[in-house]
Amino acid sequence: MINVILFASIREALGTQGLQVTVAESLSVAALVSHLGQTQGELWHEELGRENVLVAVNQAMVSFDHVVLADDEVAFFPPVTGG
Amino acid sequence: MSVTIRVQTDVFDPGVEIQLLGTVSQQVGAVTSFTGLVRDINEQAGVSGLYLEHYPGMTEKQIALIIDEAAERWQVLAATVIHRVGALVPADPIVFVGVSSQHRGDAFHACEYIIDFLKTRATFWKKEQTQTGDRWLTTRDSDVATANDWESGPR
Repeated sequence: MINVILFASIREALGTQGLQVTVAESLSVAALVSHLGQTQGELWHEELGRENVLVAVNQAMVSFDHVVLADDEVAFFPPVTGG
Repeated sequence: MSVTIRVQTDVFDPGVEIQLLGTVSQQVGAVTSFTGLVRDINEQAGVSGLYLEHYPGMTEKQIALIIDEAAERWQVLAATVIHRVGALVPADPIVFVGVSSQHRGDAFHACEYIIDFLKTRATFWKKEQTQTGDRWLTTRDSDVATANDWESGPR
């Protein structure tokens, strides 16, 4: 089970704080985005596939070729604007 | 090194934090700080308020990493970062960064490094309330450029 969580404009665009995903085998973040597009609707692929979207796995920044494992926490969010 | 990181809705008192930074060790010869306030004008005029959200857990880890990097580059005896979340209005203090060191150069540089990278790497998001509606802020190119300047060589 992969725990997907969403923040800020992405959470609002997709209308949910996140969801849990069961996949047959480990996959890259990019493949997870494709999987979400197929199972949750094309809007997911559109929102998570934007060029500026950032991804963290288990609260550390990673790239979209990072391989996600079972029980990982995968967070998608727009560029940060704190300070 | 003594590190304090707090993400909170409550207001903070920069004076209290500066005083604490000065008392962590008798070696402290310099305390520098930065306090950020909410502006009433950003990219659009007429900002009536802000709402800030963050990624609990990751935010604190990212800030701790940035402080560690600063402490590798300069001598840091103590560092404090406080960032507010939730609803804020113009003139509210939103972020505090304070550093104590033996000497001022280390304290100035480490403080500036921490706030520069906090802006580009700490997981906070601001939503502005304006006369024309709410909108999520986007990253400023100038903030990214400022942070990138640190990578291109020593200051």
